[in-house]
Amino acid sequence: MKKFIPAVALLAAAFAGSTAVRAADVEVAHWWTSGGEQAAVSVFANEFDALGGDKWIDGAIAGGEASRSATLQRILGGNPPGAAQFNPGRQYEELIANGQLLDLTDLATKENWAGLIRPQSISEACLVDGHWWCVPVNIHSWNWAWASIPAFKAAGVELPTSFADFLEKAPKLKAAGITPFAIGGESWQISGAFGVVQTSMLGLEKREQILKGKDVALAAAEMPAVFTKWREFKQYTDEGSANRNWNDTTNLVITGKAAMQIMGDWARGEFAVAGQKAGVDYACLALPIEAPTVSTGGDIFLFPKNSDPAVEAAQLKMASMMITPRVQALFNNAKGSMPVRDDVDMSLADDCMKKGLEIIKDEKNIAVDAGRWLSNDTTGQMNDLAAKFWADDSMTVEDAVAQYVDILKNAD
Amino acid sequence: MTEVALAAQAQPRRRRRRGSLQAILATTPMIIAAVGVFVICILFSIFWSMTNSKLFPNFNFIGLTQYQRLWGTDRWIVSVQNVLVFGSISLIVGLVFGYLLAVFMDQRIRQEDLFRSIFLYPFAMSLVVTGLVWQWMYDPNLGIQSAVRSLGWTGFTFAPLIHESTALYGVIVGGVWNGVGVTMAILLAGLRGVDGEIWKAAKVDGIPTWRTYLFIALPMMRGAIATAFVLQLTGVVRVFDIVVAMTGGGPGFSTQVPALYVIQHLTDRVNVGQGMAAATMMLAPVMLLIVLRGLFVMRAESRAKRGAK
Amino acid sequence: MTTMTMGAGDPRGPKPKRMTASRIGVYAFLIISALFFLTPLWVMLVTSFKTMDEVRQGFLFNWPANFTFDPWIKAWDTACTGRYCDGLKPGFWNSVKITLLSVPVSIVVAMINGYALSFWRYKGSELLFSVLVFGAFVPYQVVIYPLIIGMSKVGLFATLPGIVIVHTIFGMPILTLLYRNYFAALPSELFKAGRVDGAGFWGIFFRIMLPMSVPVSIVAVILQTTGIWNDFLFGLVFAGRENMPMTVQLNNIVQTTTGIREYNVNMAATILTAAVPLVVYFVSGKWFVRGIAAGAVKG
Repeated sequence: MKKFIPAVALLAAAFAGSTAVRAADVEVAHWWTSGGEQAAVSVFANEFDALGGDKWIDGAIAGGEASRSATLQRILGGNPPGAAQFNPGRQYEELIANGQLLDLTDLATKENWAGLIRPQSISEACLVDGHWWCVPVNIHSWNWAWASIPAFKAAGVELPTSFADFLEKAPKLKAAGITPFAIGGESWQISGAFGVVQTSMLGLEKREQILKGKDVALAAAEMPAVFTKWREFKQYTDEGSANRNWNDTTNLVITGKAAMQIMGDWARGEFAVAGQKAGVDYACLALPIEAPTVSTGGDIFLFPKNSDPAVEAAQLKMASMMITPRVQALFNNAKGSMPVRDDVDMSLADDCMKKGLEIIKDEKNIAVDAGRWLSNDTTGQMNDLAAKFWADDSMTVEDAVAQYVDILKNAD
Repeated sequence: MTEVALAAQAQPRRRRRRGSLQAILATTPMIIAAVGVFVICILFSIFWSMTNSKLFPNFNFIGLTQYQRLWGTDRWIVSVQNVLVFGSISLIVGLVFGYLLAVFMDQRIRQEDLFRSIFLYPFAMSLVVTGLVWQWMYDPNLGIQSAVRSLGWTGFTFAPLIHESTALYGVIVGGVWNGVGVTMAILLAGLRGVDGEIWKAAKVDGIPTWRTYLFIALPMMRGAIATAFVLQLTGVVRVFDIVVAMTGGGPGFSTQVPALYVIQHLTDRVNVGQGMAAATMMLAPVMLLIVLRGLFVMRAESRAKRGAK
Repeated sequence: MTTMTMGAGDPRGPKPKRMTASRIGVYAFLIISALFFLTPLWVMLVTSFKTMDEVRQGFLFNWPANFTFDPWIKAWDTACTGRYCDGLKPGFWNSVKITLLSVPVSIVVAMINGYALSFWRYKGSELLFSVLVFGAFVPYQVVIYPLIIGMSKVGLFATLPGIVIVHTIFGMPILTLLYRNYFAALPSELFKAGRVDGAGFWGIFFRIMLPMSVPVSIVAVILQTTGIWNDFLFGLVFAGRENMPMTVQLNNIVQTTTGIREYNVNMAATILTAAVPLVVYFVSGKWFVRGIAAGAVKG
């Protein structure tokens, strides 16, 4: 009896091999689980299912960290999902080196991704040594400040024209009973806002020299001013900021209890839910205010190698689908993010996103996500430092700079 | 831990040679778990802690570099200090409060089932959301402080999570809230295991009730205390989810704990080598305890042999 | 002998005759403690019956102005957990399946361990036990990598038997400790009588020890049910997509980084997920105490 089994298996395998067009289930690991995000992920899922045959099997796990860990652990266990969401960065470089990802180069060349995707730094997240390993699907920029127009009116001051200007006006806001600077004490909020202040103070060129070029001398010269300015912000926060969620912090701006928050473009969704209008109730200021930029955060999808040719065919179909202009338009309008190509109908976008779409057109305005240049380990250490410096008033600027330089020196 | 072990050790020896084979067979799952999972996993972890493993474990040996970095990292050192403070306070408060609750529950009160369930329910709740509720209650603009102020006491200040110096204590309160019910239940059970004659005798001798609880009953429930202690200790060593839910380790490093350091480096920081080094350091004291216990047992055995001669 | 026949579980304190000052003190302490425990639950309950507009206004402790059941219905039935918006319910039966399989398996294994460690010690058995207790202190994430590699080598990674095995392994340290101390406290006469009757390892186990272990087993059932029902990490990694437990859905509902948070739904979902362990507490609370009192922790 036992001898039969391998024979049957072989037969089945041969049969499977001969019908390469067989439909496949593609499990997709992602962390878009909240109400608004569901609309966006449904665009991808429905469009993929509509292609016929193959099916999108939803593998949502809340929280980027949990979802990415589960994907990595399943790759290690030899049971990978068909597609997985990551943030553009270096977390998956080892997967590429180990040959654990599906090479998308042929598809990308055929569809001219390199020519279509803008800004260029977005493609760089997926294009390693001339091979495409993932599909960028959207752009989220951190470099925004959200200001309550009524709050500034109540204090009798104009909207800020720079960070320096904001810090000058902050005492007046405070005197009017308004929290000038709203922030939640979670580590990612602090390090995110710190990164934006850093970008604003240094300008894109010096920032790149420090973070990409790891120019230690320049960091030692320039970072004291950044840390000094960052500490100035702290005196203008409210005392309830400890570990507050970002959206509760945004709510302070919405209700006019706070004047301004530095937060990524997803904050727009909170204002929309509250029925507020850009330019009337709130202002979105692309940072730095003097020379607006867009940072290239966002999401990518990568496709772990699968031994089943039917799955591989379906993975390629999915990758191609995600980047078509129509799907990009539907998806990004639902997600509230910017598309990765320019020829996309974004007429539904609100004023703030239109602002961002204008800025992104010029490569000179692109603040490349630091995760492209630094390992998660290094950015993690920098985030720890930013959080520590923010909380501990006894830590001197010199100390902070020394530690920063040290982290940069040892960066890999 | 040693308490439990010694108590069992004191029992008459029950080595049965003929049954040994069945015993070994019957405990195969335990042997596999102990050797195959815990020993091998720990050995691998120790080995990986001496490699430069990033995303996945690898075998590039780099000596003790990871440990040098670990002990040169402020955050790790603060984490170790925090867990010592967190652990000792939680253990003491947990055991004292748990015993007090158990003693008061033992007073033939009405609605004992209701009270017991009230003290136990936090244990069943997901920490993600209960942590958020604590955070809200600690929020000076939203929670207890603003509620008390709205009652007229406008000078009232209560916001432990916002200062580096007090945040850890805020977390401790949440931790005690979460876990003390189990301690109470175990100690209450221990109390009820104490021989009824003891109470009668104490009463006849005119010993006040509180003294009976403190000086007579308590020493008789070594087993219950040891079990509650081990359970709490494992919780303290591994604590991280309540910290994530309440403070995320902040403000600054003020509520960072070792387990959080380990987990972050194993996952999002993509530095498995560093995470394993931290994990090895976490386990070192426990390993030491196990070795000490082994020595202790061996000495006790040899002394027993000598005594038998 | 025996702690079991002495009516363990009855309060032994002095019998109350009337409401004296000390009785009032007892109740005052218990009620104040109960308030400390209940305040967060109160916040959760009132929040779960509020609309989001009201939640945003603050007033944490206030009774809802516009009482609504919608968050509860949404949490169970329509909250989004990814592409689909079916609330908590899809994972419920998976959790039931995992719990119903893992609880008995892990308990039987630990029971046999405890029995062997108490009556049939062999060379090295104490050392194994020490290693096992050591295992209780290992952060789960540390052993996940080797365990994944091992499980996939034997073909059990991401399967239902796989998750049952994982729960059995990680429940083993505490449960074995529990059973070992329980059996060790039993009078040795019981065991000797079994030997005189000619019973062997399994004979004594089934005829004497198994029936004697009912109280402590109830303790074990309660501990394991709570632990396994609330498990997120192992279920996520080892259960496989078809068997994802309810906690994964709960997490998908309550956790988000940059999405919109609906606190009222989150609160309702949390209470709903905790319902099963809560019912276990309420129903078997009495037994929980009685079981331990019967010797589980009496060294």
